[in-house]
Amino acid sequence: MAKADFETPELQEYVEVPELVAGTMAHLSPFVAKPDHNTDLNFPGELVDDWHDKAIAKLDDLRSRFRSLQVYLDSCVKCGSCTDKCHYFLGTKDPKNMPVGRQDLLRKVYRRYFTFAGKYFPKLVGAEDLTRDTLDEWYSYYHQCSQCRRCSVFCPYGIDTAEISMAAREILDSIGYGQKYCNEIIAKVNKVGNNLGLPGAALADTLEGLEEDVEDETGVAVKYPLDVKGADILLVTPSADFFAEPHVDGLIGYGKVFHEAGVSWTISSYASEAANFGMFIGSYENMRRVSLRIRKAALDLGVKRIVFGECGHAWRVAYAFLNTLAGPFDFLDPNYPVPQHILEFTWDQIQKGNLKLDKSANDDKVLTFHDSCNVARATRMGNKPGGQLEIPRNVIKAVCNNFVDMHHETIGERTFCCGGGGGLLTDDLMEIRVKGALPRMTALKNVMEEEGVTHMAAICAICKSQFTKVLPYYGMDMDQIVSIHQLVSEAIILTGQNSGDEEDEEEEDEVEA
Amino acid sequence: MAIEIEGKSLETDEEGYLVNLKDWVPAVADAMAKEDDLELTEEHWEIINFLREYYEEYQIAPAVRVLTKAVGKRMGKDKGNSKYLYALFPYGPGKQACRFAGLPKPTGCI
Repeated sequence: MAKADFETPELQEYVEVPELVAGTMAHLSPFVAKPDHNTDLNFPGELVDDWHDKAIAKLDDLRSRFRSLQVYLDSCVKCGSCTDKCHYFLGTKDPKNMPVGRQDLLRKVYRRYFTFAGKYFPKLVGAEDLTRDTLDEWYSYYHQCSQCRRCSVFCPYGIDTAEISMAAREILDSIGYGQKYCNEIIAKVNKVGNNLGLPGAALADTLEGLEEDVEDETGVAVKYPLDVKGADILLVTPSADFFAEPHVDGLIGYGKVFHEAGVSWTISSYASEAANFGMFIGSYENMRRVSLRIRKAALDLGVKRIVFGECGHAWRVAYAFLNTLAGPFDFLDPNYPVPQHILEFTWDQIQKGNLKLDKSANDDKVLTFHDSCNVARATRMGNKPGGQLEIPRNVIKAVCNNFVDMHHETIGERTFCCGGGGGLLTDDLMEIRVKGALPRMTALKNVMEEEGVTHMAAICAICKSQFTKVLPYYGMDMDQIVSIHQLVSEAIILTGQNSGDEEDEEEEDEVEA
Repeated sequence: MAIEIEGKSLETDEEGYLVNLKDWVPAVADAMAKEDDLELTEEHWEIINFLREYYEEYQIAPAVRVLTKAVGKRMGKDKGNSKYLYALFPYGPGKQACRFAGLPKPTGCI
């Protein structure tokens, strides 16, 4: 495995807007999907012969189906507001990674084929024919966008580059030019039930292992149930929560909260995935197919509620689209949000005083919080505007004594992407992932130096994996990234839990020694 | 892509993972390790063998926690953690060790 050859940007006090250097990232394209992964998703196996006409026809189809797309392609006035807002541009200096530059890759073709001026005076309006080079450029640069939508916060017209990038990927898929990472994963969900391809037996074995660990540690038999019919709550969580660290520590936390709340819950082996990569590739049909698994699991298991675990884009799909994609959910209990976020659930339990919490269990850390882009900019939690920003912080503050926010320009609705979202969390795109993490790494380093921050909490599987990988590139430690429910798990004192005195004594001994 | 093992050319994917699981022989792990500038010790082999056993039973690589727990049980509690595994397999136990063991790359939000 050859290590990618590139330089990690150096961290400065501020991220300066770089001078443009054309083409710095033109060499980077992800692996192309294999034919069987494309056909699993109902796309042509490989690039079709008449790709030119098919691509133009698909663009025509999309602009008429999604009015927003046409408005975004028409309305840019080149004001420049977005230019320095993209983390990938800031980390790479490549003008095609400026949001407007990225949009123009599709816009120039749209103008050529669908506008009067572009048809007759193409050079005057920057309209260009669709060529094979353009196609490859789309493939490269639309896979250097994490669809985080930070640029759209600053655009006076609200142009959403994510939607343009989704449309471009949908066009590419429709002519057999799909991305390996996303398409292979969606095919796995359709076949096995989750992104990782964890079959039911492996899932059961993993969950049993967690039950043993928690009981060993606390003396309390907390259950992590699988496929339990008649449970009240179906937990839908990213499969990384079963598989990776620090994700699994969050899953342990969800289980402890459910246990103390006294509710019955279950995971489904059929819908063992919250993530929905159908959104990343802009495919309504694939997004729907993945969502319908959740509906089927809820019906088959006869649950009354659906709760989503810590996953950024999953929460966007769940919060914003699930009802249209797979509804109506009139068979669920109307007294609860459909669906509900695990943080809403936990915050509710904390407010009701149902959880016994010892904040000092997290006194070895000073926390900050990374707002995940899809949660911060595309969803809500609770019943007040801004709840998606407040509730995660409220929960952290309820379980930790030490919390500070990063610079205000880098959090909340202005949050910077981790650098690995939108279908970019793959080793073949490591260069853009590392470079795109620059703004977040800078903000983190600053609070580490100024406020003594030791750890950063996140609520998205992609963010957690991305930071685990890129922190070491910037001279920081992969263990600095934690799940919010990992913090909850540390602080929670289960009813009947071992006092934990033995461990405390050991720690004290170490300190004295 | 392909890797030459004992006079045979074995097909690999873009990232160097074996395409056919059945092609695997121990020499595959040695050759791949050499490419990554690693020399496989008994400790590496403990992990590689466990991965293969687990895969045979479950058709998937073990979760990190399952792996660290098994390593802790077999090789001593002080070794049952990711730090130890990363020390053995710097590119990550999940990805590098799986490749040496001839398993497909685990993909997803990991």
